[in-house]
Amino acid sequence: MQASTHTRGLPRIYGLMAEFDSTAQLVAAAERCRAAGFQYVNAYTPFPVEGLAEVLGFRRSNVPLLTLIGGILGGAGGYFMQYWMAAMDYPLNVGGRPLNSWPMFIPVTFEMTVLGAAIFAVLGMLALNKLPMPHHPVFNAPRFALASNDRFFLCIEARDPKFDRVATEKFLESLNAHDVNEVEN
Amino acid sequence: MSAGLPADQSVGTRRGTPVLEPGYTYGSVTEKISAIVLTRPTTRGWWLGFGVSFLMVMMLFYTISYLIAVGVGIWGINIPVGWGFAIVNFVWWIGIGHAGTLISAILLLLNQKWRTSINRFAEAMTLFAVACAGLFPLLHAGRPWYAYWMFPYPSTMGIWPQFRSPLVWDVFAVSTYFTVSLMFWFVGLIPDFATLRDRATSRARQKTYGMLAMGWRGSARHWHRYQSAYLLLAGLATPLVVSVHTVVSLDFAVAIVPGWHTTIFPPYFVAGAIYSGFAMVLTLAIPLRAIYKLEDFITMRHLENMAKVMLATGLIVGYGYIVEFFMAWYGGNTYEIFLSLNRLAGPYRLFYWALIACNIIAPQFLWFRRVRTSVLALFVMSIIVNIGMWLERFVIVVVSLHRDFMPSAWGMYSPRIWDWTMFAGTIGLFLALLFLFLRFLPVISITEMRELVAGTQSSDKK
Repeated sequence: MQASTHTRGLPRIYGLMAEFDSTAQLVAAAERCRAAGFQYVNAYTPFPVEGLAEVLGFRRSNVPLLTLIGGILGGAGGYFMQYWMAAMDYPLNVGGRPLNSWPMFIPVTFEMTVLGAAIFAVLGMLALNKLPMPHHPVFNAPRFALASNDRFFLCIEARDPKFDRVATEKFLESLNAHDVNEVEN
Repeated sequence: MSAGLPADQSVGTRRGTPVLEPGYTYGSVTEKISAIVLTRPTTRGWWLGFGVSFLMVMMLFYTISYLIAVGVGIWGINIPVGWGFAIVNFVWWIGIGHAGTLISAILLLLNQKWRTSINRFAEAMTLFAVACAGLFPLLHAGRPWYAYWMFPYPSTMGIWPQFRSPLVWDVFAVSTYFTVSLMFWFVGLIPDFATLRDRATSRARQKTYGMLAMGWRGSARHWHRYQSAYLLLAGLATPLVVSVHTVVSLDFAVAIVPGWHTTIFPPYFVAGAIYSGFAMVLTLAIPLRAIYKLEDFITMRHLENMAKVMLATGLIVGYGYIVEFFMAWYGGNTYEIFLSLNRLAGPYRLFYWALIACNIIAPQFLWFRRVRTSVLALFVMSIIVNIGMWLERFVIVVVSLHRDFMPSAWGMYSPRIWDWTMFAGTIGLFLALLFLFLRFLPVISITEMRELVAGTQSSDKK
């Protein structure tokens, strides 16, 4: 429908933003959007709302996997660092103990596991969320500052194949939205 | 929204003391907490408090400069007591930090809603306490400008740290602990930075909080990953906090010094850390809620629960003391038996008995509900426990070292003025950082308070 306007540069508008007063209204509206076949729908809330991401079709986050990878890298790296330093690069006989005295290497291995996992969890979360990103079109929406306060927003993006400037606005208004606004790109 | 909610709908109400007083909305919690940072004028009390602690920081810097110029000989340490105040204070500070992680991570995993309004400043307390703690071993090393030797880096000397030594474990444990605590704290702050960015009126503040918020916009997908990362961090911080004080205790327990060489040390140190940490959280929370009028957020329920944790961990610590004596007697080791008697009746006996009074006898009053619900009594109790836990570390470090195996090698230890200025200086540093935190960052997690409001309302009205 609108695909022709998307061919050159950025489309003029990013999407349509509807404002809601409560989480219940927002979740209900998000369900209706999905039922109506919209794919590029996102919600903006001042605190995590249980089940909202699932309603919007976001199934799983890769943060746990990244954390596991970070933990394995940290732990294995931590152990082999000690093994290589104490048993290979500079073997030092301390009281006749084995060079690879593994029980003594556990504390540092453990700390490195936690460190690796934690760093991967935090940086992975930020990277998957594409943060830092100081500028984003949704900040152009009127009253969007309230998304970090006490209002709940739902945005149908212009890139959605079903998006139509007029029809989508009517649709959003039919969801008991308190306010529907165009978001400039 | 719904003003005047019936109290029985409040989250976690028990015996009529809720974790959040009824009648709050998303907007009003946001307003109330962010106003402390954004609109509340900088009061004279703040300047006075910050000024005094800043002077103490200057005293700390003076002491450190003198220490670096002259050497650790300015302290009272010598052989046989080589560890003195530096290590006493290190263990004391790092123990205090542990309550912050316990509140933010373990209570999160246990789904304890009462953690919400105290976790932010408890985490800040952790960071500042660990920063103070880190100074002591660093400066006690004698030549702090070579501190990087403790890390495994490829040096021209071709050697590596001795990984079979608990002192090296300590470097890894404390630096990991600080890094993970900082990340945990910062991740928790990101949505609140976004709130402050959106509510700030001055350009400078919008920019600063905006940069810290990194463009957080509260997207549902972002929240999903955020929650998953936050929960994972809590899961990682939980064994970490146990491991840190365990490693600190191994600094002692791996040595052969009588009074240190015991297997009870790791659990007993961890319990002691949580005990002293909760005492410090109470010491800070009680004036904080009065000054910033946060009684609706930090309710008696919070104070009472913290008192209960103190009582429980205090009893574990008491059990540790008993086991130490039992093992000395049951093990039949001459030196261990002597150490126990030396604690009870030796030259430092006053410290030992003061420790018993502060850590074992005083907290027994917490069995009484009237004491647990009296703000003043809890404040006094928290100070007593802080002192008691400092004395415990003094007894462990100094009394064990001053008379070990050979009477010919016995000696006495007494701190000098520079020990005291250093200790008081770190208290100043801790308080100065805390004052800055109160002034520039939201002292309670706004986001989590909104969640608590959402949980309080059975259904959104309006």
